[in-house]
Amino acid sequence: MKIGMVCPYSWDVPGGVQQHIRDLAEALIDEGHEVSVISPADDDTPLPPYVVGAGRAVPVPYNGSVARLSFGFLSASRVWRWVRDGGFDVLHVHEPEIPSLSLLACWVATGPIVATVHTAIPRSRVLLVTYPVVRTGMEKIMGRIAVSEAARTTLVEHIGGDAVVIPNGVATHRYRKAEPLPGWPGPGGAIGFLGRLDEPRKGLAVLLKAFEILGPERPGLRLLIAGPSGDAAEVLQRVPAALRDRVVLLGQVSEEDKVRVLHSVDVFCSPNTGGESFGIVTAEAMAAGLPIVASDIEAFRQVLRGGEAGALFATGDAADLARVAGGLLDDAPRRAELSAAALAEVARYDWSVVARDVLQVYETVVLGSTQVAVAADPRGWPA
Amino acid sequence: MIADIILIIAGALFVGVYVSWRAGRIDRLHARVDMARVALDVTLLRRGSLALELATSGLLDPATSLLLASAVHGTRDGSGPRDLAESDLTRALRAAFSQPGFRSSLSGTKGADELIAEVEAASHQVFLARKFYNDLAGATRDARRRPLARTLRLAGRAKAPEFFEMDDSLLVVEGEPSLGSLPG
Repeated sequence: MKIGMVCPYSWDVPGGVQQHIRDLAEALIDEGHEVSVISPADDDTPLPPYVVGAGRAVPVPYNGSVARLSFGFLSASRVWRWVRDGGFDVLHVHEPEIPSLSLLACWVATGPIVATVHTAIPRSRVLLVTYPVVRTGMEKIMGRIAVSEAARTTLVEHIGGDAVVIPNGVATHRYRKAEPLPGWPGPGGAIGFLGRLDEPRKGLAVLLKAFEILGPERPGLRLLIAGPSGDAAEVLQRVPAALRDRVVLLGQVSEEDKVRVLHSVDVFCSPNTGGESFGIVTAEAMAAGLPIVASDIEAFRQVLRGGEAGALFATGDAADLARVAGGLLDDAPRRAELSAAALAEVARYDWSVVARDVLQVYETVVLGSTQVAVAADPRGWPA
Repeated sequence: MIADIILIIAGALFVGVYVSWRAGRIDRLHARVDMARVALDVTLLRRGSLALELATSGLLDPATSLLLASAVHGTRDGSGPRDLAESDLTRALRAAFSQPGFRSSLSGTKGADELIAEVEAASHQVFLARKFYNDLAGATRDARRRPLARTLRLAGRAKAPEFFEMDDSLLVVEGEPSLGSLPG
């Protein structure tokens, strides 16, 4: 199948939507499909062979923050040419409600169009006011995908229409192998944590409390923490002085370093107290083959198969976390067992599986439809 | 003796007249600043409604339309400070207008040139009205700060006028990225 995919945000800026498109495109290419992605990008950004640059995105205020978007007739005519020359069987736009390339693509193209909604913004009066202009494009969408139940709900309630939910995949092969950080995990063992330090629901406080129990019993045990924001000094203040040199804070790490962090610890801890719908970080740690200790919130119980693919502890209970994590640290065969179970379990969430679901959506919308083509604009635009 | 009394009365009279003149001046400044503020509000509203007219005219591509409409919406929904929202609208207009060939792509379309010219004129009026308002606000604040005005509280209960700062130039600022680097 020949697929044209449209990314609304600059390719050179890291972001969830861009990563989603990259992983989906690569999974589809692996399956033998032809994929072309058009995306805003700086001229000197090295792009993968399947990405076509649509010029630089412009930082503009939108929805209360500054976003880097591509708009205007020059961008539109680039998309127009890309659609005209692409000969696509299906056009897949992402975030069509953002004033950028995806919306432009809907405008200039006809034929089978699929749209993925990542973050559904409640429809405001703005969209209503510009409705005649925006509607022309939106009405051409033949199938919608939402990446989460929450995104789907917002879509149904505020924008109208419905969507099938296909969650984000995990690019498991990216996590499979990596060089541990120098000196890690060390002879005394190490526990890892990834996530925002200042977001209480990520549960770092529970892990630090548990380390107060585990640390004195196990003189070599260390804690490796990576995540954006938060005041590192403030986090260390919460650890008893005697244990402080055994808590290592890395701050925000790159995508590659994140994988190295995962391979630098013996046990990965997901102490979240709630607010997770899937637990992508936990799934990534599973893809690295790590034994997991996670709180028994619904999301983790599901991804860890009720404790078969990772150990669960009572949510928010530091003493229970210390007991479970300590047990795992002492039991190498059990760790190997959980690691194998995690790897087997996370394969269900791999992009190759997710891509097959997306492909079924494509196959449904192309039924009885012609190829993607450029629309004849009543104003004779673009020239 | 009598001469002294006349002198004192004359002195008191003079002080009284002077103080009341100063108080009157401060009062007139406040009145004028209020008028300038109303004028500034009118120009901002005018600019907003013209920008919205442009967004819904069908002359622009849907992405630029949505961007402009959302910026206008931001100036009216009261969700954030007015000056920031108005500056955001300026930036959205600037981003739209600074696309290379923006005008040439529209000229020839019925009413396009007029509408663009109106938006530009309204933006310039915002610049003028804001300049006049800030000028008066500055003069009023100066007058209120004088020792006599402060000791005798000549401004009464009137609040000191605030300066209104915003980005109001449609000219592309040096160093701000534009679409100019678009290849092809």
